[in-house]
Amino acid sequence: MSVGLVLVAHSARLAEGLAELAGQMAPDVTVLPAGGLPGGGLGTDYDSVVAAVQRADSGAGVVLLYDLGSAQMTAELAVESLPEEGTAVVADAPFVEGTVAAAVAAQGGADRDRVLEAAAAAGAPADLGPAPAEPDDRETRQVELTLRNEVGLHARPAALLARGVADLDAQVRVRAGGEEVDAHSVLALMSLGARQGDRIEVLAAGRQAQEALDRISSLVERDFDE
Amino acid sequence: MGCTASDVARALRAVSEVVAEHRDELVELDRVIGDADHGENLQRGFSAVVSTLDTAVPETPGAVLKVAATTLISKVGGAAGPLYGTGFLRAATTLADRSELDPAGVAGALRAGLEGVRARGKAEQGDATMVDALIPAVEAAERAAEAGDGIAEVLSAAADAADKGAESTVPLVARKGRASYLGERSVGHLDPGARSTALLLRALAGAAR
Repeated sequence: MSVGLVLVAHSARLAEGLAELAGQMAPDVTVLPAGGLPGGGLGTDYDSVVAAVQRADSGAGVVLLYDLGSAQMTAELAVESLPEEGTAVVADAPFVEGTVAAAVAAQGGADRDRVLEAAAAAGAPADLGPAPAEPDDRETRQVELTLRNEVGLHARPAALLARGVADLDAQVRVRAGGEEVDAHSVLALMSLGARQGDRIEVLAAGRQAQEALDRISSLVERDFDE
Repeated sequence: MGCTASDVARALRAVSEVVAEHRDELVELDRVIGDADHGENLQRGFSAVVSTLDTAVPETPGAVLKVAATTLISKVGGAAGPLYGTGFLRAATTLADRSELDPAGVAGALRAGLEGVRARGKAEQGDATMVDALIPAVEAAERAAEAGDGIAEVLSAAADAADKGAESTVPLVARKGRASYLGERSVGHLDPGARSTALLLRALAGAAR
């Protein structure tokens, strides 16, 4: 039972395309597009947003994301109209990046507030985002891996990696090309721009640090199941 | 003279007629700074309100406004749907189940509507939006009600102030909605939402006469 997402957009195709993209990275999360007008035109439709929110809620709550101004208003109005207060919440986040980050967080089992945070953090410049906890030096384990899969740490592999460590009690960071990012953030992983043939270093600390390294090593060795 | 549910329903029919008459004007205003659908959307919304009221008129002014609100939210689309919908909904909520409105009640409903629109759109005076017509309108209505004027005078004072308020958007740089993407190029244009707000209040004033 994961948090559901509803994508409120002016264009049905925009919402559907984004739902498709997010679905590739988070196959078990319900991501429902609510774009365009019932007749097929551009615009946002309150009734279809409300219906999508109700369908997306499996009990863990719903996060709504929107494209432009009036979609935000429609989303907020839909949230306020729900019989049970607190079921759904509107994320203030960039539509594409926020949706991807939220979907991956939901896939990893995050609760509604953490999915919301993941979406919102996707909009902040890296240096303004929440500072990932620094692993304790004494306990840090480390492994160096070479990416052999065709697309490197692109969207889907990055999502698999982030998901792979989501449920572990471990701080995990990935280094590549002089940059170091939090392995729980799919967008941060993608920002490394690591390609086929590049070497990455994975650093982990915490109770399940070794499990995190094992899982990531296995993913890289399996070429991310490409 | 008070204002009952059927008076409110009659006023909404008047609004629908005025919106239909000015549909092309609103489309044209929106074409230069937005997406040219404001007149179309409002006409669709208010004719749906009239169709709903043709079936049955609820018992209290608040209930009539609530029906209008939910219909507008569902039918208007664009930014105007949630904005006008929220405005009508807040007005309805503040009236609760009163069976008849006095001038102070009308002014109070307008105030609640303004606060709803302001909260939904997060716009302030000077952003070149419908709020620029609504704020002076509500203030004028409150002054008239306090001075002991009747409902017709209260609404007519609101409509006069809304006209001036709408005109005040012409030299402004739009800071909300699609017009805000135009930046300085939005200067010199009457905001379609401010214009439709002024038209709406004028129609209400006419119906109260």
